[in-house]
Amino acid sequence: MNNSIAEADLDSIRAGPVPGEPVLVLRDVHKSFGAEYVLNGISLTVARGETLAVLGRSGTGKSVLLKLIIGLETMDSGSICIQGQEIAGLALNGMNRLRIKMGFLFQNAALYDSLTVEQNVAFPLERHTKMSASERNARVKELLSSVGMEQDLKKLPSDISGGMQKRVGLARALALRPEILLLDEPTAGLDPITSGEIDDLVLKLQNEHALTSIVVTHDLQSAKTIADSVALLDKGKVVMEGTFKELSESNDDLVREFFKRDS
Amino acid sequence: MINRSLEWFGDLGSFSWKVICAAVTRPFELREIIRQFDEIGSKSFPLVALAGAAIGTVLALESRSSLARFGAKSMLPAAIVFSIIHEMGPIVTGLVVAGRVGAGIGAELGSMKVTEQIDAIEASAVNPYKLLVFTRVLACIVVLPLLTLVTDFFGLFAGWVAVALSDPISLHRFLDKGFSGVSFSDFLAPTFRTCAFGLIIGLVACFQGMRTRGGTEGVGRSATSSVVLSSLFVILADVILVKLILIFFP
Repeated sequence: MNNSIAEADLDSIRAGPVPGEPVLVLRDVHKSFGAEYVLNGISLTVARGETLAVLGRSGTGKSVLLKLIIGLETMDSGSICIQGQEIAGLALNGMNRLRIKMGFLFQNAALYDSLTVEQNVAFPLERHTKMSASERNARVKELLSSVGMEQDLKKLPSDISGGMQKRVGLARALALRPEILLLDEPTAGLDPITSGEIDDLVLKLQNEHALTSIVVTHDLQSAKTIADSVALLDKGKVVMEGTFKELSESNDDLVREFFKRDS
Repeated sequence: MINRSLEWFGDLGSFSWKVICAAVTRPFELREIIRQFDEIGSKSFPLVALAGAAIGTVLALESRSSLARFGAKSMLPAAIVFSIIHEMGPIVTGLVVAGRVGAGIGAELGSMKVTEQIDAIEASAVNPYKLLVFTRVLACIVVLPLLTLVTDFFGLFAGWVAVALSDPISLHRFLDKGFSGVSFSDFLAPTFRTCAFGLIIGLVACFQGMRTRGGTEGVGRSATSSVVLSSLFVILADVILVKLILIFFP
C-alpha cells in the first residue's frame, strides 16, 4: 500500500497559508496539575482551513493543549473559542455538540481494543448518525479505503502495526466529517517511511475535507510537510509563531537550538 | 490516612453523581446493558452454582453433627434452608461476584484508562459514565439477586444430597421440612439485599478502574483494590442490612 503523493502535488496542495476566519482562538490559557504549571498563558489563532503545527520539547504541554481544546481537560483560566463558542463553563451537551465537529487522533491511536478495525470506525457513526447498517458499512469501507486499510476490516487493533493503528485512528477521527482535526503526534514511534506515508495521508485528507487542523509533533519534517504555520512552545508559553521557513531562519537561541537538528 | 480516606469517599460521591446524571439521559445503551447482563450474569453462573453446592454440602455435614449432639437432627433440613436463604446464599454470591466481576471490571476499565480509550470515547462525544459505568452497575444490581437464587438452589440441592447420603430422605420431604417455618419475607428481603451488593460491586470496581494511573502496574493495582474494597464493603453492607431486615421484617 502506498499513499505517497508526488512532490509537485504536495506543493500545489500546500500553496501557503489559507486565508479564512478564525475557527480556533486561544487566549491566555493557563493550566497546571497541582503545583506544576504546564501551560502559562498560551494564545493562538487558527483560521479556517489552516494547519498549525505545535512544536516543543517533551513536557511542554502540547498534548494538554489539544486535550483542553476537545474538553478532556479543563483550563485554569483563559479562553478557548471554537467557531465563536467559548468552551469554558460549557455544559456536557454543548461540549459534545462541539466534539462532534472535531476529530481527534490520539498519540497511540487509542483504538478500542475489544472492537475490530471496522467496529472502531463505525463507533462514532452508530452513536451520532441515523445511518442504516448498509449505509454505515459503506461509509466505514470508504473511510478505511481512504487510509489504505480496506483489507483489514475484521482485524483487532492488537493484530495490526502501529502505523496501521494510526491510519485506523485517522479514519475514526474523520468518521463524522469533522471541520476541525486535532492530531497528537501522528508520526511518533513510526519509521521514516511510514511517517512519510502518514504525513502524505494527513495532507491528502486535509485537502479533500478542507479541514482546520492542529498537529502536535516533535517531527520537524512532518511539521514542514503538513503545516501552514508553526508555533514553538517552551515552558508553557509560545516562544515563536510563523511559517516553518520563518522559524527555521530565526535568530532566537531557543528556536535555533530546536531547529538545529533538522539542518 | 484519614485525609486520603475522606478524599476517596468524596471522589466516589462525585463519581456516583456523574453516573446518576448519565443514567437519566438518553440514549440508554440497551445493547451494552444486555452485553453486560451476559458478561456479569451468565458467565458468573457456573461459579456461583459451584459455590452454592459447596456451602450446601459443608452446611449439611457440619450442622448434622452439631444438631445430633443436641438431639435435634430432625431440624437439619430447616437449619440448612434457613442458613442458605437467609445468609449464606446472599453473602457467598456477593463475595464470589465481587471477586470475579470486581477484578474484571477494575482491570478492563483500568486498561482502557491507561491506553486513553476512555478519553477516545469522551472525545467521540459519548459519555463514558453512561456507556461504561452505568451499564455495568445496572447489570450488577439486576443480576445479583438472580445469581443468589442460583446459589440458593444449588446449595439446597447439594445440602439434600449430603443429608440423603447418610440418612435417606426424599427431596420432597427435605424441602417440606426445610420450608415449613419459612415465610415469604424470610426469602424476599435477604435475596433482594444483594441488589445493594451489586450496587457496591459495580460502583467500586468502575470507580477504581476509571481512576487508574501508572500503566500496567496501575491496572493490576486497580483490579486488586476493586476486589478488596468491594468485598470489604459487601461484608459491611451485609451487617447493616441484616440489622435493618431484622427491624423491618422481624
